[in-house]
Amino acid sequence: MINIKIIITDLIALLGAERVLTAPEDLIPYSFDGTAAQKQRPRCVVFPKTPEEIAAVLRIAKAKNLPVVTRGSGTGLSGGSLPVPDCIALCLVQMDRVLKLDEKNLTILVEAGVVTQKIAELADAAGLLYPPDPGSMKISTIGGNVAENAGGLRGLKYGVTRDYVMGMEVVLADGRIVWLGSQCVKDVAGYSMKDVFIGSEGTLGVITKVLLKLVPKPQAKKTLLATFARMDAAAETVSAIIAAKIIPCTLEFLDKVTIKCVEEYAHIGLPLDAEALLLMETDGHPAVVEEEARRMEQIARQHGAATVSIAQSAEEAAKLATARRSAFSALARVSPTTILEDATVPRSELARMIRFIQEVGARHQLRVATFGHMGDGNLHPTFLTDERNVAEMERVEHAMQEIFDYALKLGGTITGEHGVGVAKKKFLPGAIGDASLGLMRQLKRTLDPDNLLNPGKIFDL
Amino acid sequence: MSATPLRLATLDYSVLQQCMHCGMCLPSCPTYDATKLERHSPRGRIALMRAIADKELPLTKKFGEEMYYCLGCLACTTACPAGVNYAELFEVARADIETSGVLDKPKRNVIRWLTVKFIFTRPRLLRFVGRLLYFYQALGLQTLVRKLRLTALLPKSLRELEPLTPTARRHFSDALIREIETPPQRRYRVGLLTGCVQDLIYSELNRDTADVLLVHACEVVTPRLQHCCGSLHAHNGELELAREMARRNITALEKSAGSLEKLDAIISNAGGCGSHLKHYAHLLHDDPAFAARAKLWSQKLKDIHEWLAEIGLQHPAPAPHVERVTYHESCHLCHGQKITQSPRNLLRVIPGLDFVELPESNWCCGSAGIYNITQPEMSKKLLDRKLAHLVRTGATVVASANPGCSVQLEAGLRQAKSQVRVVHPISLLAEAFRRAKK
Repeated sequence: MINIKIIITDLIALLGAERVLTAPEDLIPYSFDGTAAQKQRPRCVVFPKTPEEIAAVLRIAKAKNLPVVTRGSGTGLSGGSLPVPDCIALCLVQMDRVLKLDEKNLTILVEAGVVTQKIAELADAAGLLYPPDPGSMKISTIGGNVAENAGGLRGLKYGVTRDYVMGMEVVLADGRIVWLGSQCVKDVAGYSMKDVFIGSEGTLGVITKVLLKLVPKPQAKKTLLATFARMDAAAETVSAIIAAKIIPCTLEFLDKVTIKCVEEYAHIGLPLDAEALLLMETDGHPAVVEEEARRMEQIARQHGAATVSIAQSAEEAAKLATARRSAFSALARVSPTTILEDATVPRSELARMIRFIQEVGARHQLRVATFGHMGDGNLHPTFLTDERNVAEMERVEHAMQEIFDYALKLGGTITGEHGVGVAKKKFLPGAIGDASLGLMRQLKRTLDPDNLLNPGKIFDL
Repeated sequence: MSATPLRLATLDYSVLQQCMHCGMCLPSCPTYDATKLERHSPRGRIALMRAIADKELPLTKKFGEEMYYCLGCLACTTACPAGVNYAELFEVARADIETSGVLDKPKRNVIRWLTVKFIFTRPRLLRFVGRLLYFYQALGLQTLVRKLRLTALLPKSLRELEPLTPTARRHFSDALIREIETPPQRRYRVGLLTGCVQDLIYSELNRDTADVLLVHACEVVTPRLQHCCGSLHAHNGELELAREMARRNITALEKSAGSLEKLDAIISNAGGCGSHLKHYAHLLHDDPAFAARAKLWSQKLKDIHEWLAEIGLQHPAPAPHVERVTYHESCHLCHGQKITQSPRNLLRVIPGLDFVELPESNWCCGSAGIYNITQPEMSKKLLDRKLAHLVRTGATVVASANPGCSVQLEAGLRQAKSQVRVVHPISLLAEAFRRAKK
């Protein structure tokens, strides 16, 4: 049996009482992240400020065999930062210094607790762009983004968080502090160890600093809004745009329920009578932007778009993107519990996937709203339900399983950008197979032999 | 122990469930921003309320303190995509805290009894207090006391609050506005709510509001004796008293106007009061004698800026006058009532005013009802943040549409020895109409 009192005393000696929370009123607000219907109270919450302090916390944890779950702002959507029983919640929000914006090398070095939005703003002020823009960017931390390999609205053209991480500082389970990667655009000196930690969901080490790549800010940008009377027509439009070899930066999809909820929140005049809506954005050289916008409009009309309109100002375009980012939370207006999925398919299969989601929802008598990054094949079918309705929650489980099975059959994946955490854990073996899972376990055992870091996430050992 | 079941436990559970803890509220919350602790965030507080409703946590003193650390600024409700009704959760939680007595202390109990329960339920007594304050200030006693540093004799908590003391007016609203005032051409008929503290310290604003309404062809009905709107009570855990204040105000206006049916609108010019006044329908929904009347009340209740925008704002004639003005948003006007554009539009049409935006205009100034009295430390931090932004705009006038904010800003500016004036947008408009007339 763990003597928790001794551990708390040690932690307070290390960090001071201010940075160690133990009262129930302090712990309950750290018992969840952004994932629906998941709750677990930690034993304590600690706020380190340096990698050395983290190393010391990990040594205390190791000595007493106490699990450690790292978190930032707790906005994750798969339970990656959800506490595990009797854990130390290691909260990095106080490590929020921006260390260097290097305009000569187009990089920025930040601590893990820096909020994503701040990085975007600093880059913008320097005439640069940090492209990954997950829905929660106004409060999510970069450490969490890297640990979950977060995506966003611009994934189609610019890729995801992984594509911008050049280097990082990590505290390993045994307390060693290592730097991985470099400032060099090319660097093949040994294994690309940073890539092991990107998307590792806090199971392999604690990321404390990140060196990010920035790109020049595009000169021009155009945002289009197309409405459709049928959902699959929107999906066909997206597939056709990609097939026409156009890679815009954003191709976002919202169905009717999502449109209504977002409009109720944002009041920006979205068309409430449309069955589906595509938010399309192209950026880059003005001439190219002009040409791509014209062709996308053409393709949308050919595939049955009822209307296509162009945002009149940068402000209007920004409002549309911000409104789209709120889609998931806005759906909570409909029902008490919103269970969000993250199934992703090759882009040629979008229309089939959309039809299947509709069919599954109807068959299980469930309300499903769908939105997502259609240009990435990344859909967010969202079940609008009530966690207290046991029978309905069971039907949600079945529907989810069917959607994942179908996505895999189409050559897709169970999660495009939210991570596995606890929410998708039981679907992982079916998705990646035993050999791949075995390799992951082997890696985990090597880096964290005592299974201290975020145990039970992604897979069980 | 009282056997009364907690309101949090009997509340419609879906109000609590509405929060899906996505975290989008965090950056908008002044107390989270200052501390980076989830407990001091909207979703953290809702999680605590839910834990109490689920009986995972008893209603503790710490919870009570937390709910009084919340400003109740409602910035989270603007940020919340899910549409969580935090205003209701906040009031219900504070009511439970008061019923449970977890925060009971002799000093706190006496102060609460004297102010919330006694003076602020008796408008005649409140005016008497205002009168005393007026004489104290008009006879130069306040200046004398301050010069002789007699304030040093006060206990520390009072000494720190003393500079916040607003200036009482010689004439209160009932002396400045007749019960019924009719414009030459009458198109509308409206009731005018003059507030409680505002009636004592900003009564000229009520006169200005009546003037502006008259210019807009509105007949103005102003009950002689008005009660506190009850927001003070609702926000401080006294929901029953809040209901009583609502009943009295409805009755008073009915008496002056004949009936609420005979009014096109009921006008509030205070952001905080207006936000609460609009909720009378909900507050009295289960009172058989008042439910229908309160519903009518809420339907007709309009903030002055909202009403002028609705009936068509008249533009004052140009007059030589140049001043730079900026706009501080009252939390309960912008977050509570979601009124953000009409005050700005109003300021923009006033000739000679150079309107500039205030950075973080919708960030709480720390007044927050009586928060500057109960939580002076956090309140001061927020005031300093606000003043720093104000100074950078270079404005000589800051427009503010809520008496609480105005008192707070005036005190801050006075201490900073600043010449910047705090004026209600409607007073600026009234001044412009008067200038044009000359």
